[in-house]
Amino acid sequence: MSEVTMTVNGRKVSGSCEDRTLLAHFLRENLGLTGTHVGCDTSQCGACVVHVDGKAVKSCTMLAVQANGTDVMTIEGLAGDDLHPVQAAFREHHGLQCGFCTPGMIMAATDMINRHGPGNLDEKTVRGELEGNICRCTGYHNIVKAILAASEAMAKGAGAKAA
Amino acid sequence: MYNVTYHRASSVEDAAKLAAGAAEAKFVLGGQTLIPAMKQRLAAPSDLIDLRHIAAMKGVTDSGGGIIIGAATTHAEVASNADLQAACPALCHLAAHIGDPHVRHMGTIGGSIANNDPAADYPAAMLALNARIVTNKREIAAADFFTGLFETALDEGEIVTAVKFTAPAKAGYAKFANPASRYAMAGVFVARSGGSVRVAVTGAGDNGVFRAENLEAALAGNFSPSALDGQTIDPANLMSDIHASAQYRAALVIAMAKRAVAAAG
Repeated sequence: MSEVTMTVNGRKVSGSCEDRTLLAHFLRENLGLTGTHVGCDTSQCGACVVHVDGKAVKSCTMLAVQANGTDVMTIEGLAGDDLHPVQAAFREHHGLQCGFCTPGMIMAATDMINRHGPGNLDEKTVRGELEGNICRCTGYHNIVKAILAASEAMAKGAGAKAA
Repeated sequence: MYNVTYHRASSVEDAAKLAAGAAEAKFVLGGQTLIPAMKQRLAAPSDLIDLRHIAAMKGVTDSGGGIIIGAATTHAEVASNADLQAACPALCHLAAHIGDPHVRHMGTIGGSIANNDPAADYPAAMLALNARIVTNKREIAAADFFTGLFETALDEGEIVTAVKFTAPAKAGYAKFANPASRYAMAGVFVARSGGSVRVAVTGAGDNGVFRAENLEAALAGNFSPSALDGQTIDPANLMSDIHASAQYRAALVIAMAKRAVAAAG
């Protein structure tokens, strides 16, 4: 067992867990943050993507003890008073059907926009960058549309609260 | 996953000491291969020694004479490093196409080469660039380092700390990725330095990464894709699996070699 301390969505949290506990399970079971989903459990689907120290990672492929001392952002931490522009764009453009992959998609999308800079994405880049996120409902079309729209919206300043 | 005891090493010496004191230790950097293997119980170390926080193992230095990449440097950092973009853009291209963005934020060059997956990308680059693998005990030429499927020349408890190579005049990398896993079904790294050309192939050989000497000879006189017309790779020593037969991989190697040379310009 180890004592783990990290900042999650801006709040300092501590917990005790086995060294083999995955970050995804620590978030879901110790902290009750069930927005982070475990889809495939084999590091492929991306439903578990969160930001660790500002970078998108698969929380099912990182131990909670590895994340000790880091700053973690999950889907629950993204919105302020209003939805984050990426969340708003997913709603507006119908970027989800069953919604299971959506938290990971949105965390991947915000990371993508942060890295490339708002307004600097094109369809080919978005599709390539979604390599690590699997959606079985939408055929990706509306997800890509939503990410491009969010990127443009954030470039126009609607994203003042961007992650 | 079986139970494991985690240790965060503060230095290379600390890591070696921690490993020596454990029943069955494994070193972990990004863990993007090891943690999935532990989840499937294909790996069950008693202790995990985390090397990711050792500052001396991180970053890229280009000291004129040679380039040194710390073992704990992530794929994303290699892909976006300005010095490497100038000195060897082919290596940045290679790193930018490993796995997916989330994997690239965690996975490292040292972890990849120490694991020596026969379909991993970096071993081809190391072999073609005639790199030297630096450990906490010695330096090993890439040609001697990769010894077989998931096998390296590393001794028990030996830690890869960096890789060193001289920037080539020209280099290119092309892979045919498995559509599901994105691992190479055939990946070819070509590097030209002076009059010599080295061609290394990953994802195809039944004993891991290898050099294609006949392709090197053909390219030494004429460094262009057409120089590879009519060249072949013997399928006898290539992998055959549900994704591709040995014959198909042999054809892919030539096709990827041509693309790599074209990319090298």
